[in-house]
Amino acid sequence: MLINDGIITREELATVLPTDERFKKGPVAIIECLQNIPCDPCVSACPSKAISMKSGITDRPKLDAARCIGCGLCVPRCPGLAIFVLDMTHAARSAALSLPYEIQPVPKIGQVVKGLDRSGKQVCEAKVLKVMSAKKFDKTHVVTIEIPKDRALDVRAIRLA
Amino acid sequence: MSRKTEILVVGGGPAGLSAAIVAAQLGSKVLLVDDNQHLGGQLVKQTHRFFGSSARDAGIRGFNIAEQLLEEAAGLKKNLTILLNTTIVGFYGDTEAGLLSPERFEKVTFERVIVCTGAVENSLNFENNDLPGVYGAGAVQTLMNVHGIKPGNRILMVGSGNIGLIVSYQLMQAGVQVVGLVEAMQTIGGYLVHASKIRRMGVPIYTGHTIVSALGTDGVTGAKICRVDEKFQTVPNTEFDVECDCICLAVGLSPLIELFQQADCKMVHVGELGGLVPLHDVNMRTTNPHVYVAGDASGIEEATTAILGGRVAGASANKSIHGESAEAGKVVADAVSELRTLRSGPTGERIRWGREKIEKEITAC
Repeated sequence: MLINDGIITREELATVLPTDERFKKGPVAIIECLQNIPCDPCVSACPSKAISMKSGITDRPKLDAARCIGCGLCVPRCPGLAIFVLDMTHAARSAALSLPYEIQPVPKIGQVVKGLDRSGKQVCEAKVLKVMSAKKFDKTHVVTIEIPKDRALDVRAIRLA
Repeated sequence: MSRKTEILVVGGGPAGLSAAIVAAQLGSKVLLVDDNQHLGGQLVKQTHRFFGSSARDAGIRGFNIAEQLLEEAAGLKKNLTILLNTTIVGFYGDTEAGLLSPERFEKVTFERVIVCTGAVENSLNFENNDLPGVYGAGAVQTLMNVHGIKPGNRILMVGSGNIGLIVSYQLMQAGVQVVGLVEAMQTIGGYLVHASKIRRMGVPIYTGHTIVSALGTDGVTGAKICRVDEKFQTVPNTEFDVECDCICLAVGLSPLIELFQQADCKMVHVGELGGLVPLHDVNMRTTNPHVYVAGDASGIEEATTAILGGRVAGASANKSIHGESAEAGKVVADAVSELRTLRSGPTGERIRWGREKIEKEITAC
């Protein structure tokens, strides 16, 4: 369980996962923030106003998946590096996952890296599709990788070979 | 030589800097003294983005927050004098203090003093804990993020509070392998997003475990770890060794309070706030009316609440000299309301209990 080992279980993840119907419509954010901590930058990061907190900054962020356009601007703004964008419509057998990345060196487009699950175990290879490093991201890069669809809910980190 | 000021601020971390800035903005003559070569306190080592409200510093990296505060302070030269490499060696009576720098000793007379001395790291008792290679998390952060020196190549972290989790992540960013994180509680103490961040990079998190001993003769070559039960008793036959050249202790902080004791402030022990703290009211005034407190010295929290506490102390000290003003009143009211928001929710529960105890004690005074 998350509180014991830092690993979000499938059951815990289910509470923040967009529906299968939404995944079929294109890229969407997954906000893996499961604790009521005082933090709110994701709310103002979203240009579509899809992220809200009802009862103040210690509330958990709630994603309106219908409003989310999967732009990924929330990904580098989360101090907890807990937001990912998943595109299950990327290709027939593979999905595109965007994740925050703050380690040097930053991978290059086309590079093949290791896809790691929530425990840091390598579960697949991943090809880097895109790297966003805007100045306003302030050194948090957003790396988009191509991974097998059946690993889309497991892979949450990468390691360069 | 002697100096004269209206408000003396001791310590230029987030609390002291904020207190000095606010008091100088409101028109007080302020002398800010810090024993380091540069201002900013622990903020200068914080490479991660801060949590909190977007209305104040959330999403900004700690060292950038320090830069913002320094810029504000630089614009207030008329009212704000800064002395670096200078230690307050003690109070002489209620309105005089001794200042010691490498160049000279001098005295300063003041009307109010705001003491923002911060905290000291706690240590942990285990066999061989005096081996070279056993560090406090603050030292590791200073070496790594201030001086650019790796403390080791394979490190074991002890403590799963936010400091242990964040420093583990920073070590990995610096190219150091974190072989594991040990926590005696059965659950992770800090924010779970920080824990997930290091776990998915492959760091095992051993909750319900403790360090038994450091291994090695001339320096750390490993650590012996074992399980502990819910009463923190070691579980027999569960020991195992991990290889590492460095052990980092992130097992909490205690307020740095000697100056308050010397100033005869009434002290109170509040476990939730890290131990002995000077009793203080909502304006951060202690039981010695000349002495104010802010930051970790008033109870261990984090930098954003230290900034807000500093703002309250700076404005209140200004009011107590120059009288009430709408401007000062607004600074206090805004900061108090922001503090309430930050401390709401389940992760602020212990802090709220601790602060309630202080409020009860001060009303009884």
